[in-house]
Amino acid sequence: MPKLLTRVAVLAAALALALPLSAEAQSKGTIKIASQSPLSGELAALGEGIKLGTQLAVEKLKGAVEKAGFKVELVPFDDQAKPDVGVANAKNIIADKDILVVIGHLNSGVAIPSSEVYKEVGLVMISPANTNPLITDRGLPNVNRVCGRDDVQGAVAAEFAIDVLKAKSVYVVHNKNQYGQGIAEFFQAKAKDKKVTVHGFEGTEERANFDPILTPIKAKNPDVIFFGGEYPQAAPMFRQAREKGIKSKFLGPDGLDSTELLKLGGDAVVGMHFTTVAGGVNEYPKAKEFAADYKKKFGKDPEPFAAQSYDSTAIGLKALEAAIKEAGGKLPTREAVAKATRKVKHDGITGNVEFDDKGDPKKATYLIYQVGKEWNDNKLIKRLEIATPAMKKQ
Amino acid sequence: MDWQLVFAILPQVVMDGLVLGFMYALIALGYTMVYGVLELINFAHSEIFMVGAFVGVEVLLLLKAGGILDPLNPFLILILIVLAGMAVSGILAVVVERVAYRPLRGAPRLIPLISAIGVSFFLQDAVRLGVSLWRNAFYLTYPSFAVFNKRIELGETVDFSVKSILVVAASLLMLFALQFLVTRTKLGKAIRAVAEDQPTASLMGINVNRMISLTFLIGGAMGGAAGVLFGVQYNTINPFTGFIPGIKAFTAAVLGGIGNIPGAMVGGLVLGLLEAFAASYLSLFTGGAFGAEYKDIFAFSILILILIFRPRGLLGEVVRERA
Repeated sequence: MPKLLTRVAVLAAALALALPLSAEAQSKGTIKIASQSPLSGELAALGEGIKLGTQLAVEKLKGAVEKAGFKVELVPFDDQAKPDVGVANAKNIIADKDILVVIGHLNSGVAIPSSEVYKEVGLVMISPANTNPLITDRGLPNVNRVCGRDDVQGAVAAEFAIDVLKAKSVYVVHNKNQYGQGIAEFFQAKAKDKKVTVHGFEGTEERANFDPILTPIKAKNPDVIFFGGEYPQAAPMFRQAREKGIKSKFLGPDGLDSTELLKLGGDAVVGMHFTTVAGGVNEYPKAKEFAADYKKKFGKDPEPFAAQSYDSTAIGLKALEAAIKEAGGKLPTREAVAKATRKVKHDGITGNVEFDDKGDPKKATYLIYQVGKEWNDNKLIKRLEIATPAMKKQ
Repeated sequence: MDWQLVFAILPQVVMDGLVLGFMYALIALGYTMVYGVLELINFAHSEIFMVGAFVGVEVLLLLKAGGILDPLNPFLILILIVLAGMAVSGILAVVVERVAYRPLRGAPRLIPLISAIGVSFFLQDAVRLGVSLWRNAFYLTYPSFAVFNKRIELGETVDFSVKSILVVAASLLMLFALQFLVTRTKLGKAIRAVAEDQPTASLMGINVNRMISLTFLIGGAMGGAAGVLFGVQYNTINPFTGFIPGIKAFTAAVLGGIGNIPGAMVGGLVLGLLEAFAASYLSLFTGGAFGAEYKDIFAFSILILILIFRPRGLLGEVVRERA
């Protein structure tokens, strides 16, 4: 009985203490940060990494904004890697006046139409993973990204194929979506520039039977096969290529960067190379603590783009802080947050981010990996820091 | 145009087309037999096929986990997984008929069709749920066997993998067995009688319900076998794997003349070959203007042409309207 009494007393005291405090913290309202990424379907592993990276950042870094009197909350959305779902979510997001920042998406093909919706209300989107040039080349004031671009990544891949893999001829296959076809075209352009024979440029949405595409490739016997797209197609295609007796070297972009590539592709993909704009957390010395926290909290290693999501969210929170200050401690408008985001200079766990006038990072990292027998054995072959090209007149 | 290249890859393209075509033929049999007896398009059949593929990979993965995959003879394993796939898919098809179609027999024809679409969605998501709970995966991969991937050289530029020859041989064997069963045995005669006229067949002492179940069992087993062979040939499967091959096989059944068993085989082969030719040759013949992604448009355009001139399909007969 006395025990119970003490408990009640402690609880009452705690409540008495906590109530006025929380009431004060809530007095100015809630600011929500939305994440948009595929949480179900074939790309869910990567999409979940974006959500969890964002969640971790919100929990660790919300202090400054909360001190200014606002509660900070994360609302995760599942865009299913589908443009129509992304846009439908985006409409719900702009309808919720509390959402002032969007972190997302994974797929450029989803991000581009969704960002047109955010633009209607000037809501800022900070992308951890979208590499298609059109993300920022549309010149929208509310769209930013912290990663590199496909025009650079495609060229880096082509130069690697030529200089290091000694390719004299290449064959390009892509998945026909905005991201895959885009990077495949940049790869092809650079290869043609360097006078390398491009034996073919094929698009396919096939997921199982790559025989008819591989037959002409086998006859032409290119030095390198480049696949512009993601691992669910790349892995079976490369595997069937090896089974068909094709001896070419394989190369692909950051869409291949997942443990699933090795699981599905088996021995066929061991030794192949891929380029990426987001290295493993081990490449970033400052991300050590993040990786440890992530593993402790979620019980798994961070997927690619999780650390980038953490940085994107950190930038969003800094922008919120600045915008609140500018508004004299009141709730800032969405446009003000977008404007403040462009000005943020962030020393993040994946490097320094500073946006140019169209929302690209002024400098971005590009890495080339070789796939090992275990995914953790993947070898970093090259790491490049490349300045972002200025906008091309279209 | 590079004629040398065109001819160099011709044998491989034909082989690719045959492998695909026989797979379509095996699946098409399920559509065509059910249509023959019930005039129902069983849209759940593509999921019966997908379940067969999953049974095959599960048996392989369990054998592998038990450490008895490598010591066993790969050919024995192949027979084992094909039989397992046939058994599970066949029984599943019978259950689907019993649960989702039999209660609706006699209802207007669109009703069981909708029921079939419902079963199809149900099976897709049930398998997706099961696989994600059990394996925490969306895709599953067939372990590969060195023997099956070996290539047999038949000339300087021509070589086939052992497994594509196996797929073709296994399909041929099953097709002949089925044709024998339907045309030469008493059971086959009973199935044909039910297809022709149910009330009269039942007056002749044929158990109609049992024959319909048998039809689903055979069709499902063929679909399951096709699923396992599909997995062995193309490695990667997922719960939605069945959809596209299902639609193609249905088309093959219509092309051959729905309800007609040899027609389904011919239809499957024609469609498989058309697809392989289109995917491999379109970009060669059009200088890259049309690529492999147009294979379906090309194949289906030809199908439309054929059906304009032969509306009942290649081997379809003029069927007497029932009184």
